[in-house]
Amino acid sequence: MATEDSEYWRWKEYNWKDPEMDWKDAEFITAGVDVGSVSSQAVITLDSKLFAYSNMRTGSNSPDSARNAMNWALEDTGLDLEKIQYVVGTGYGRVNVPFADRAITEIACHGRGANYMYGPTVRTVLDMGGQDCKAIRTDEKGKVTAFLMNDKCAAGTGRGMEVFADLLGIHIEKVGEESFKVEKEPPAVSSTCVVFAKSEATGLLRAGWPKNKVLAAYCSAMAHRVVTLLERLGVEKEFAITGGIAKNSGVVKRIEKELGLTALDVNLDTQIAGALGGALFAEALAKKAQKQG
Amino acid sequence: MQANYGYRDGSGEYYITIDTDKCDSCGKCVEACPSKILVMVSDPFDPMSDADIPIVIEAERKKIKYTCGPCKPVDKEREEPCIKACEPRAITHSW
Repeated sequence: MATEDSEYWRWKEYNWKDPEMDWKDAEFITAGVDVGSVSSQAVITLDSKLFAYSNMRTGSNSPDSARNAMNWALEDTGLDLEKIQYVVGTGYGRVNVPFADRAITEIACHGRGANYMYGPTVRTVLDMGGQDCKAIRTDEKGKVTAFLMNDKCAAGTGRGMEVFADLLGIHIEKVGEESFKVEKEPPAVSSTCVVFAKSEATGLLRAGWPKNKVLAAYCSAMAHRVVTLLERLGVEKEFAITGGIAKNSGVVKRIEKELGLTALDVNLDTQIAGALGGALFAEALAKKAQKQG
Repeated sequence: MQANYGYRDGSGEYYITIDTDKCDSCGKCVEACPSKILVMVSDPFDPMSDADIPIVIEAERKKIKYTCGPCKPVDKEREEPCIKACEPRAITHSW
């Protein structure tokens, strides 16, 4: 039987709300729900300000995941779904958000969300999601000016990192710091395909590599892979990373080193960027609908 | 907006780039594509815009090396049908 302790891939799910804010003072209450391949988030904004959010794993049923994330974000806020004027669905499961007024691509939402989180100086956003990654260029309003989707498979993403955490027995939230506990940076694993990299890593472990070194080799491979993606699109300052991998210093610092650029830091959950962008678009769309009567 | 659809694999980079700032929403590229991988939709990357733009269908994005293969010209004088059909020259292929 697997116990909680042995599930190294399991990251913490949680919800948050701003205790200083009261929805009763707000004119526009809108929400964004990002149903991703691995995680789902719901964000509620009051007049374009972040009010509450939740972040949890996506289950096998997208509509249920959307509902659960929304309900959890609403918890203890005194709000209910009926009071939310406009809901935008985004992410892989965006068409499966039953209560959404509109579905918007995650590329548009991440651009808009990163603009709020990191400020209007952000020009390049790298969204490192659960099962894919995207390089996005935006203008000062968060509007997408160029984008590039990832390659064919799930390599270089959150799911791959979960597989490695599990293989090496290192908790996913500690992967970053553990990957720096090496005497010398090892060469990157040659394959970024999760399945091939896993067999390569198993080989390295059998050859006597300590697990931190294997982890370092995988983090470098992942960093190198996304840097190639970014370089094809062109990187302009300021640069920011959204998504779950943005919390993994082992990958982030290696990307920064290879790019020669520092990623912007933020005191918000980097996984909510998509849902937050959705909520902000929801407000803009609600206003537009009101104007048109 | 420079919209890049495609992928990179061991054999090379395969991207179709559509410059939506040049696009005049005429839809001729969609008609010209014999494999029907393009479709006109309301701009999915700018929800506030009402303009229609062509996009590469997501299910086709990872297959363009093969799907677009038959359209690849044998000499430099000829062009792919989607590129040729686009009067504002908004479409480019990376390979």
